[in-house]
Amino acid sequence: MTGPLWQLFFEGVWITIQLMVYSALLAGTIAFGIGMARTSRHKSVRFLAGVYVEIFRGTSALVLMFWLFFALPLLGWQLAGIWAGTLALGLSYGAYGSEVVRGAIQSVAPAQREAAIALSFSPWQRMRKVILPQAVPEMMPPFNNLLIELLKGTALASLLSIGELTFQAKLARLSTGESAQVYGIILVMYFVIAFLVTRVMRLLERRAKASIGQKPEKAGWFSRKLPVEELETQIAAAGGNR
Amino acid sequence: MNTWSWDYVGEIMPQLLEGLWITVQATILGSLVAFALGLVWALALRSPVRWLTWPVSAVVEFIRNTPLLVQLFFLFFVLPSWGVTFGPLTTGVIGLGLHYSTYTAEVYRAGIDAVPAGQWEAATALSLPRRRTWTAVILPQAFRRVVPALGNYVIAMFKDTPMLSAITVGDMLFQANSIGATTFDYMEPITMVGILFIVISYPTSLLLRALERRLVR
Repeated sequence: MTGPLWQLFFEGVWITIQLMVYSALLAGTIAFGIGMARTSRHKSVRFLAGVYVEIFRGTSALVLMFWLFFALPLLGWQLAGIWAGTLALGLSYGAYGSEVVRGAIQSVAPAQREAAIALSFSPWQRMRKVILPQAVPEMMPPFNNLLIELLKGTALASLLSIGELTFQAKLARLSTGESAQVYGIILVMYFVIAFLVTRVMRLLERRAKASIGQKPEKAGWFSRKLPVEELETQIAAAGGNR
Repeated sequence: MNTWSWDYVGEIMPQLLEGLWITVQATILGSLVAFALGLVWALALRSPVRWLTWPVSAVVEFIRNTPLLVQLFFLFFVLPSWGVTFGPLTTGVIGLGLHYSTYTAEVYRAGIDAVPAGQWEAATALSLPRRRTWTAVILPQAFRRVVPALGNYVIAMFKDTPMLSAITVGDMLFQANSIGATTFDYMEPITMVGILFIVISYPTSLLLRALERRLVR
Protein backbone atom coordinates (compact mmCIF):
# COMPACT_ATOMS: atom_id res chain seq x y z
CA MET A 1 0.00 0.00 0.00
CA THR A 2 1.44 3.33 -1.03
CA GLY A 3 0.84 6.89 0.16
CA PRO A 4 -1.82 7.93 -2.37
CA LEU A 5 -3.87 4.84 -1.52
CA TRP A 6 -3.83 5.64 2.17
CA GLN A 7 -4.91 9.16 1.30
CA LEU A 8 -7.79 7.65 -0.69
CA PHE A 9 -8.84 5.63 2.37
CA PHE A 10 -8.67 8.56 4.76
CA GLU A 11 -10.76 10.72 2.43
CA GLY A 12 -13.24 7.84 2.46
CA VAL A 13 -13.21 7.64 6.25
CA TRP A 14 -13.97 11.35 6.46
CA ILE A 15 -17.01 11.04 4.16
CA THR A 16 -18.17 7.91 6.02
CA ILE A 17 -18.05 9.85 9.30
CA GLN A 18 -19.91 12.78 7.77
CA LEU A 19 -22.58 10.43 6.43
CA MET A 20 -22.88 8.77 9.82
CA VAL A 21 -23.15 12.05 11.74
CA TYR A 22 -25.71 13.64 9.41
CA SER A 23 -27.88 10.51 9.27
CA ALA A 24 -27.60 10.06 13.03
CA LEU A 25 -28.79 13.63 13.61
CA LEU A 26 -31.75 13.10 11.27
CA ALA A 27 -32.50 9.67 12.76
CA GLY A 28 -32.30 11.06 16.31
CA THR A 29 -34.74 13.86 15.51
CA ILE A 30 -37.17 11.43 13.90
CA ALA A 31 -36.73 8.93 16.73
CA PHE A 32 -37.70 11.47 19.41
CA GLY A 33 -40.52 12.98 17.33
CA ILE A 34 -42.11 9.69 16.35
CA GLY A 35 -41.30 7.99 19.65
CA MET A 36 -43.07 10.70 21.67
CA ALA A 37 -45.94 10.75 19.16
CA ARG A 38 -46.43 7.05 19.82
CA THR A 39 -47.13 7.79 23.48
CA SER A 40 -49.57 10.60 22.61
CA ARG A 41 -53.05 10.79 24.11
CA HIS A 42 -54.63 11.13 20.68
CA LYS A 43 -55.34 7.90 18.90
CA SER A 44 -54.89 9.40 15.43
CA VAL A 45 -51.38 10.68 16.29
CA ARG A 46 -50.40 7.29 17.67
CA PHE A 47 -51.78 5.59 14.57
CA LEU A 48 -49.94 7.82 12.08
CA ALA A 49 -46.67 7.44 13.98
CA GLY A 50 -47.21 3.66 13.99
CA VAL A 51 -47.75 3.66 10.22
CA TYR A 52 -44.48 5.54 9.75
CA VAL A 53 -42.58 3.02 11.87
CA GLU A 54 -44.02 -0.03 10.15
CA ILE A 55 -43.35 1.36 6.66
CA PHE A 56 -39.75 2.35 7.25
CA ARG A 57 -38.92 -0.65 9.40
CA GLY A 58 -40.66 -2.95 6.96
CA THR A 59 -38.66 -2.05 3.91
CA SER A 60 -34.97 -2.35 3.25
CA ALA A 61 -32.68 0.68 3.75
CA LEU A 62 -30.90 -0.08 0.50
CA VAL A 63 -34.14 -0.22 -1.49
CA LEU A 64 -35.19 3.09 0.06
CA MET A 65 -31.82 4.59 -0.88
CA PHE A 66 -32.17 3.45 -4.49
CA TRP A 67 -35.73 4.75 -4.57
CA LEU A 68 -34.65 8.20 -3.38
CA PHE A 69 -31.75 8.26 -5.84
CA PHE A 70 -33.28 6.73 -8.98
CA ALA A 71 -37.07 7.04 -8.68
CA LEU A 72 -37.51 10.38 -6.92
CA PRO A 73 -35.85 12.38 -9.76
CA LEU A 74 -38.68 11.16 -12.00
CA LEU A 75 -41.04 13.13 -9.74
CA GLY A 76 -38.89 16.20 -10.23
CA TRP A 77 -36.55 16.11 -7.20
CA GLN A 78 -32.95 15.30 -7.96
CA LEU A 79 -31.04 14.62 -4.75
CA ALA A 80 -27.24 14.61 -4.61
CA GLY A 81 -25.98 11.12 -3.74
CA ILE A 82 -24.83 12.00 -0.25
CA TRP A 83 -28.24 13.45 0.62
CA ALA A 84 -30.12 10.50 -0.79
CA GLY A 85 -27.90 8.31 1.40
CA THR A 86 -28.36 10.49 4.47
CA LEU A 87 -32.12 10.67 4.00
CA ALA A 88 -32.52 6.91 3.49
CA LEU A 89 -30.39 6.02 6.52
CA GLY A 90 -31.99 8.73 8.67
CA LEU A 91 -35.54 7.70 7.77
CA SER A 92 -35.02 3.98 8.39
CA TYR A 93 -32.87 4.19 11.52
CA GLY A 94 -35.20 6.91 12.82
CA ALA A 95 -37.98 4.34 12.70
CA TYR A 96 -35.89 1.83 14.68
CA GLY A 97 -34.85 4.55 17.12
CA SER A 98 -38.43 5.65 17.73
CA GLU A 99 -39.14 2.20 19.18
CA VAL A 100 -36.25 2.73 21.59
CA VAL A 101 -37.60 6.14 22.63
CA ARG A 102 -41.11 4.78 23.06
CA GLY A 103 -39.89 1.84 25.14
CA ALA A 104 -37.77 4.06 27.38
CA ILE A 105 -40.60 6.57 27.93
CA GLN A 106 -42.98 3.77 28.81
CA SER A 107 -40.46 2.26 31.24
CA VAL A 108 -40.52 5.39 33.44
CA ALA A 109 -42.54 4.58 36.58
CA PRO A 110 -46.18 5.77 36.18
CA ALA A 111 -46.01 7.43 39.60
CA GLN A 112 -43.51 9.93 38.17
CA ARG A 113 -46.06 11.09 35.62
CA GLU A 114 -48.81 11.19 38.21
CA ALA A 115 -46.64 13.25 40.54
CA ALA A 116 -45.97 15.73 37.73
CA ILE A 117 -49.70 15.97 37.05
CA ALA A 118 -50.33 16.55 40.76
CA LEU A 119 -47.82 19.41 40.64
CA SER A 120 -49.86 20.75 37.69
CA PHE A 121 -47.03 20.58 35.17
CA SER A 122 -48.14 21.09 31.58
CA PRO A 123 -47.79 17.98 29.33
CA TRP A 124 -44.67 19.48 27.73
CA GLN A 125 -43.09 20.33 31.11
CA ARG A 126 -43.93 16.81 32.26
CA MET A 127 -42.09 15.32 29.28
CA ARG A 128 -39.10 17.67 29.44
CA LYS A 129 -38.54 17.94 33.20
CA VAL A 130 -39.70 14.58 34.52
CA ILE A 131 -40.04 11.84 31.91
CA LEU A 132 -37.14 12.44 29.50
CA PRO A 133 -34.39 12.95 32.12
CA GLN A 134 -35.22 9.48 33.43
CA ALA A 135 -35.85 7.89 30.03
CA VAL A 136 -32.73 9.13 28.21
CA PRO A 137 -30.17 7.07 30.20
CA GLU A 138 -32.20 3.96 29.38
CA MET A 139 -31.94 4.80 25.68
CA MET A 140 -28.16 4.99 25.55
CA PRO A 141 -27.23 1.29 25.15
CA PRO A 142 -29.81 0.60 22.40
CA PHE A 143 -28.86 3.86 20.69
CA ASN A 144 -25.27 2.66 20.71
CA ASN A 145 -26.34 -0.48 18.86
CA LEU A 146 -28.31 1.52 16.33
CA LEU A 147 -25.40 3.88 15.77
CA ILE A 148 -23.13 0.94 14.95
CA GLU A 149 -25.79 -0.48 12.62
CA LEU A 150 -26.02 2.98 11.03
CA LEU A 151 -22.23 3.09 10.60
CA LYS A 152 -22.41 -0.29 8.87
CA GLY A 153 -25.28 1.05 6.78
CA THR A 154 -23.18 3.93 5.42
CA ALA A 155 -21.34 1.34 3.30
CA LEU A 156 -24.55 1.05 1.23
CA ALA A 157 -24.01 4.59 -0.02
CA SER A 158 -21.02 3.29 -2.00
CA LEU A 159 -23.56 1.74 -4.39
CA LEU A 160 -24.69 5.29 -5.27
CA SER A 161 -21.02 6.08 -6.12
CA ILE A 162 -20.55 8.32 -3.07
CA GLY A 163 -16.83 8.47 -2.27
CA GLU A 164 -17.05 6.99 1.21
CA LEU A 165 -14.76 4.26 2.52
CA THR A 166 -16.27 1.28 0.70
CA PHE A 167 -16.34 3.17 -2.61
CA GLN A 168 -12.71 4.27 -2.19
CA ALA A 169 -11.85 0.63 -1.52
CA LYS A 170 -13.44 -0.28 -4.84
CA LEU A 171 -11.27 2.31 -6.58
CA ALA A 172 -8.20 0.98 -4.76
CA ARG A 173 -9.06 -2.58 -5.73
CA LEU A 174 -9.48 -1.61 -9.38
CA SER A 175 -6.15 0.21 -9.47
CA THR A 176 -4.05 -2.30 -7.50
CA GLY A 177 -5.90 -5.61 -7.85
CA GLU A 178 -5.00 -6.35 -4.21
CA SER A 179 -8.52 -7.31 -3.07
CA ALA A 180 -7.55 -9.11 0.14
CA GLN A 181 -5.34 -6.28 1.34
CA VAL A 182 -7.74 -3.49 0.39
CA TYR A 183 -10.87 -5.03 1.91
CA GLY A 184 -8.91 -6.30 4.93
CA ILE A 185 -7.70 -2.78 5.67
CA ILE A 186 -11.08 -1.11 5.37
CA LEU A 187 -12.77 -3.78 7.51
CA VAL A 188 -10.27 -2.95 10.25
CA MET A 189 -10.95 0.77 9.72
CA TYR A 190 -14.69 0.22 10.14
CA PHE A 191 -14.02 -1.81 13.26
CA VAL A 192 -11.89 0.95 14.76
CA ILE A 193 -14.60 3.56 14.06
CA ALA A 194 -17.22 1.27 15.62
CA PHE A 195 -15.02 0.80 18.67
CA LEU A 196 -14.54 4.55 19.10
CA VAL A 197 -18.27 5.20 18.67
CA THR A 198 -19.00 2.60 21.34
CA ARG A 199 -16.51 4.19 23.72
CA VAL A 200 -18.07 7.64 23.25
CA MET A 201 -21.57 6.24 23.74
CA ARG A 202 -20.50 4.44 26.92
CA LEU A 203 -19.12 7.72 28.22
CA LEU A 204 -22.41 9.49 27.44
CA GLU A 205 -24.32 6.66 29.10
CA ARG A 206 -22.21 6.92 32.25
CA ARG A 207 -22.81 10.68 32.38
CA ALA A 208 -26.55 10.41 31.75
CA LYS A 209 -26.88 7.74 34.44
CA ALA A 210 -24.74 9.69 36.91
CA SER A 211 -27.05 12.69 36.48
CA ILE A 212 -29.91 10.67 37.97
CA GLY A 213 -27.71 8.85 40.48
CA GLN A 214 -27.37 5.50 38.72
CA LYS A 215 -24.36 3.42 37.75
CA PRO A 216 -24.01 1.93 34.25
CA GLU A 217 -24.30 -1.82 33.85
CA LYS A 218 -21.26 -3.92 33.11
CA ALA A 219 -20.57 -4.94 29.53
CA GLY A 220 -18.07 -7.09 27.60
CA TRP A 221 -14.68 -6.03 26.28
CA PHE A 222 -16.17 -4.43 23.21
CA SER A 223 -18.81 -3.01 25.55
CA ARG A 224 -21.64 -3.09 23.06
CA LYS A 225 -24.78 -4.75 24.29
CA LEU A 226 -27.12 -6.42 21.83
CA PRO A 227 -30.90 -6.08 22.11
CA VAL A 228 -30.87 -9.71 23.22
CA GLU A 229 -30.62 -8.36 26.75
CA GLU A 230 -34.28 -7.47 26.32
CA LEU A 231 -34.95 -11.10 25.55
CA GLU A 232 -33.33 -12.05 28.85
CA THR A 233 -35.46 -9.66 30.84
CA GLN A 234 -38.53 -10.91 29.01
CA ILE A 235 -37.67 -14.49 29.84
CA ALA A 236 -36.96 -13.53 33.43
CA ALA A 237 -40.22 -11.56 33.67
CA ALA A 238 -42.18 -14.47 32.26
CA GLY A 239 -40.70 -16.59 35.05
CA GLY A 240 -39.37 -19.33 32.77
CA ASN A 241 -39.71 -22.72 34.42
CA ARG A 242 -38.22 -21.48 37.64
CA MET B 1 -42.50 14.08 -14.68
CA ASN B 2 -43.97 10.73 -15.42
CA THR B 3 -47.16 9.07 -14.29
CA TRP B 4 -47.61 5.76 -12.55
CA SER B 5 -48.50 3.04 -15.07
CA TRP B 6 -50.16 -0.15 -13.86
CA ASP B 7 -49.62 -1.72 -17.30
CA TYR B 8 -45.88 -1.28 -16.84
CA VAL B 9 -46.16 -2.79 -13.34
CA GLY B 10 -47.96 -5.80 -14.83
CA GLU B 11 -45.22 -6.23 -17.44
CA ILE B 12 -42.36 -6.21 -14.95
CA MET B 13 -44.01 -8.25 -12.18
CA PRO B 14 -42.92 -11.69 -13.48
CA GLN B 15 -39.27 -10.59 -13.47
CA LEU B 16 -39.58 -9.08 -9.98
CA LEU B 17 -41.20 -12.26 -8.67
CA GLU B 18 -38.31 -14.24 -10.14
CA GLY B 19 -36.05 -11.98 -8.11
CA LEU B 20 -38.25 -12.51 -5.05
CA TRP B 21 -37.72 -16.26 -5.35
CA ILE B 22 -33.95 -15.75 -5.26
CA THR B 23 -34.35 -13.36 -2.31
CA VAL B 24 -36.36 -15.99 -0.45
CA GLN B 25 -33.81 -18.70 -1.24
CA ALA B 26 -30.97 -16.51 0.00
CA THR B 27 -32.89 -15.75 3.22
CA ILE B 28 -33.72 -19.38 3.97
CA LEU B 29 -30.27 -20.75 3.20
CA GLY B 30 -28.61 -17.83 4.99
CA SER B 31 -30.76 -18.49 8.05
CA LEU B 32 -29.75 -22.14 8.12
CA VAL B 33 -26.07 -21.17 8.04
CA ALA B 34 -26.65 -18.52 10.72
CA PHE B 35 -28.57 -20.89 13.00
CA ALA B 36 -25.91 -23.61 12.78
CA LEU B 37 -22.83 -21.38 12.97
CA GLY B 38 -24.36 -19.25 15.74
CA LEU B 39 -24.76 -22.35 17.89
CA VAL B 40 -21.10 -23.21 17.26
CA TRP B 41 -20.03 -19.72 18.41
CA ALA B 42 -22.34 -19.83 21.43
CA LEU B 43 -21.03 -23.21 22.60
CA ALA B 44 -17.40 -22.20 21.94
CA LEU B 45 -17.90 -19.02 23.98
CA ARG B 46 -19.15 -21.06 26.94
CA SER B 47 -16.05 -23.22 26.93
CA PRO B 48 -13.83 -22.91 30.03
CA VAL B 49 -10.77 -22.91 27.76
CA ARG B 50 -9.56 -19.34 27.42
CA TRP B 51 -7.48 -19.86 24.30
CA LEU B 52 -10.71 -20.89 22.58
CA THR B 53 -13.11 -18.25 23.93
CA TRP B 54 -10.82 -15.30 23.35
CA PRO B 55 -10.19 -15.75 19.59
CA VAL B 56 -13.82 -16.72 18.99
CA SER B 57 -15.11 -13.65 20.79
CA ALA B 58 -12.66 -11.46 18.84
CA VAL B 59 -13.78 -12.90 15.50
CA VAL B 60 -17.45 -12.62 16.45
CA GLU B 61 -17.10 -8.98 17.56
CA PHE B 62 -15.13 -8.15 14.40
CA ILE B 63 -17.72 -9.63 12.05
CA ARG B 64 -20.61 -8.10 13.98
CA ASN B 65 -19.17 -4.59 13.96
CA THR B 66 -18.14 -4.31 10.31
CA PRO B 67 -20.44 -3.80 7.31
CA LEU B 68 -22.00 -6.84 5.68
CA LEU B 69 -21.57 -5.23 2.26
CA VAL B 70 -17.78 -5.03 2.68
CA GLN B 71 -17.71 -8.62 3.95
CA LEU B 72 -19.61 -9.68 0.84
CA PHE B 73 -17.08 -7.88 -1.37
CA PHE B 74 -14.28 -9.55 0.56
CA LEU B 75 -15.75 -13.01 -0.01
CA PHE B 76 -16.63 -12.25 -3.63
CA PHE B 77 -13.26 -10.83 -4.71
CA VAL B 78 -10.81 -12.51 -2.34
CA LEU B 79 -11.96 -16.13 -2.14
CA PRO B 80 -11.36 -16.77 -5.88
CA SER B 81 -7.76 -15.56 -5.51
CA TRP B 82 -7.33 -18.18 -2.77
CA GLY B 83 -8.53 -20.81 -5.23
CA VAL B 84 -12.04 -21.11 -3.76
CA THR B 85 -14.70 -20.29 -6.34
CA PHE B 86 -18.38 -20.16 -5.48
CA GLY B 87 -21.29 -18.80 -7.48
CA PRO B 88 -22.60 -15.35 -6.45
CA LEU B 89 -25.62 -16.80 -4.64
CA THR B 90 -23.48 -19.23 -2.62
CA THR B 91 -21.08 -16.43 -1.72
CA GLY B 92 -24.04 -14.29 -0.68
CA VAL B 93 -25.51 -17.06 1.46
CA ILE B 94 -22.16 -17.61 3.19
CA GLY B 95 -21.77 -13.86 3.79
CA LEU B 96 -25.31 -13.41 5.14
CA GLY B 97 -25.08 -16.55 7.26
CA LEU B 98 -21.68 -15.68 8.70
CA HIS B 99 -22.71 -12.11 9.51
CA TYR B 100 -25.96 -13.05 11.20
CA SER B 101 -24.41 -16.02 13.02
CA THR B 102 -22.66 -13.45 15.22
CA TYR B 103 -26.11 -12.18 16.23
CA THR B 104 -27.76 -15.58 16.66
CA ALA B 105 -24.83 -16.59 18.89
CA GLU B 106 -25.98 -13.93 21.38
CA VAL B 107 -29.55 -15.19 21.13
CA TYR B 108 -28.48 -18.75 21.92
CA ARG B 109 -26.34 -17.48 24.79
CA ALA B 110 -29.33 -15.70 26.32
CA GLY B 111 -31.50 -18.77 25.76
CA ILE B 112 -28.98 -21.13 27.37
CA ASP B 113 -28.39 -18.77 30.31
CA ALA B 114 -32.14 -18.68 30.91
CA VAL B 115 -32.35 -22.43 31.50
CA PRO B 116 -32.74 -22.70 35.29
CA ALA B 117 -29.74 -23.93 37.28
CA GLY B 118 -31.90 -26.74 38.71
CA GLN B 119 -31.95 -28.38 35.28
CA TRP B 120 -28.15 -28.58 35.25
CA GLU B 121 -28.14 -29.93 38.79
CA ALA B 122 -30.77 -32.54 37.94
CA ALA B 123 -28.71 -33.69 34.94
CA THR B 124 -25.66 -34.01 37.21
CA ALA B 125 -27.69 -35.87 39.84
CA LEU B 126 -28.83 -38.35 37.17
CA SER B 127 -25.15 -38.60 36.16
CA LEU B 128 -26.00 -37.89 32.55
CA PRO B 129 -22.93 -37.61 30.35
CA ARG B 130 -22.06 -34.07 29.25
CA ARG B 131 -23.25 -34.69 25.71
CA ARG B 132 -26.65 -35.95 26.85
CA THR B 133 -27.01 -33.04 29.26
CA TRP B 134 -26.71 -30.66 26.32
CA THR B 135 -28.74 -32.54 23.72
CA ALA B 136 -31.52 -33.91 25.94
CA VAL B 137 -31.87 -31.31 28.69
CA ILE B 138 -30.40 -27.87 28.01
CA LEU B 139 -30.71 -27.25 24.28
CA PRO B 140 -34.35 -28.39 23.87
CA GLN B 141 -35.39 -25.94 26.60
CA ALA B 142 -33.18 -23.18 25.23
CA PHE B 143 -34.48 -23.53 21.66
CA ARG B 144 -38.10 -23.04 22.62
CA ARG B 145 -37.27 -19.69 24.19
CA VAL B 146 -35.15 -18.35 21.37
CA VAL B 147 -37.49 -19.02 18.43
CA PRO B 148 -39.06 -15.51 18.35
CA ALA B 149 -35.69 -13.77 18.66
CA LEU B 150 -34.22 -15.91 15.87
CA GLY B 151 -37.27 -15.09 13.77
CA ASN B 152 -36.58 -11.38 14.16
CA TYR B 153 -33.09 -11.90 12.79
CA VAL B 154 -34.52 -13.83 9.83
CA ILE B 155 -36.64 -10.77 9.00
CA ALA B 156 -33.59 -8.53 9.38
CA MET B 157 -31.66 -10.83 7.06
CA PHE B 158 -34.50 -10.77 4.53
CA LYS B 159 -34.26 -6.97 4.47
CA ASP B 160 -30.48 -7.17 3.97
CA THR B 161 -30.65 -9.46 0.93
CA PRO B 162 -30.80 -6.51 -1.52
CA MET B 163 -27.09 -6.07 -0.73
CA LEU B 164 -26.47 -9.31 -2.62
CA SER B 165 -27.37 -7.46 -5.83
CA ALA B 166 -23.99 -5.71 -5.44
CA ILE B 167 -22.24 -9.04 -5.98
CA THR B 168 -24.44 -9.79 -9.04
CA VAL B 169 -26.97 -12.08 -7.35
CA GLY B 170 -30.22 -11.75 -9.32
CA ASP B 171 -32.40 -10.77 -6.35
CA MET B 172 -35.37 -8.37 -6.46
CA LEU B 173 -33.32 -5.17 -6.36
CA PHE B 174 -30.99 -6.50 -9.06
CA GLN B 175 -33.98 -7.23 -11.30
CA ALA B 176 -35.48 -3.80 -10.61
CA ASN B 177 -32.18 -2.14 -11.51
CA SER B 178 -31.77 -4.10 -14.70
CA ILE B 179 -35.35 -3.24 -15.71
CA GLY B 180 -34.69 0.42 -14.94
CA ALA B 181 -31.45 0.38 -16.92
CA THR B 182 -33.27 -0.75 -20.08
CA THR B 183 -36.49 1.29 -19.80
CA PHE B 184 -34.96 4.35 -18.04
CA ASP B 185 -37.99 4.25 -15.76
CA TYR B 186 -37.02 3.28 -12.21
CA MET B 187 -40.19 4.50 -10.50
CA GLU B 188 -42.39 1.42 -10.82
CA PRO B 189 -39.76 -1.31 -10.39
CA ILE B 190 -38.10 0.11 -7.27
CA THR B 191 -41.40 1.19 -5.70
CA MET B 192 -42.80 -2.30 -6.23
CA VAL B 193 -39.71 -3.87 -4.64
CA GLY B 194 -40.17 -1.63 -1.60
CA ILE B 195 -43.86 -2.55 -1.37
CA LEU B 196 -43.12 -6.26 -1.72
CA PHE B 197 -40.68 -6.01 1.18
CA ILE B 198 -43.27 -4.38 3.44
CA VAL B 199 -46.01 -6.75 2.32
CA ILE B 200 -43.87 -9.72 3.33
CA SER B 201 -42.00 -8.49 6.39
CA TYR B 202 -44.87 -6.76 8.22
CA PRO B 203 -47.24 -9.77 8.42
CA THR B 204 -44.27 -11.99 9.29
CA SER B 205 -43.35 -9.75 12.20
CA LEU B 206 -46.99 -9.76 13.40
CA LEU B 207 -46.91 -13.55 13.25
CA LEU B 208 -43.70 -13.62 15.28
CA ARG B 209 -45.16 -11.35 17.94
CA ALA B 210 -48.10 -13.72 18.27
CA LEU B 211 -45.70 -16.67 18.50
CA GLU B 212 -43.66 -14.81 21.12
CA ARG B 213 -46.73 -14.38 23.33
CA ARG B 214 -47.40 -18.11 23.10
CA LEU B 215 -43.86 -19.38 23.60
CA VAL B 216 -42.42 -17.00 26.17
CA ARG B 217 -44.57 -17.66 29.17
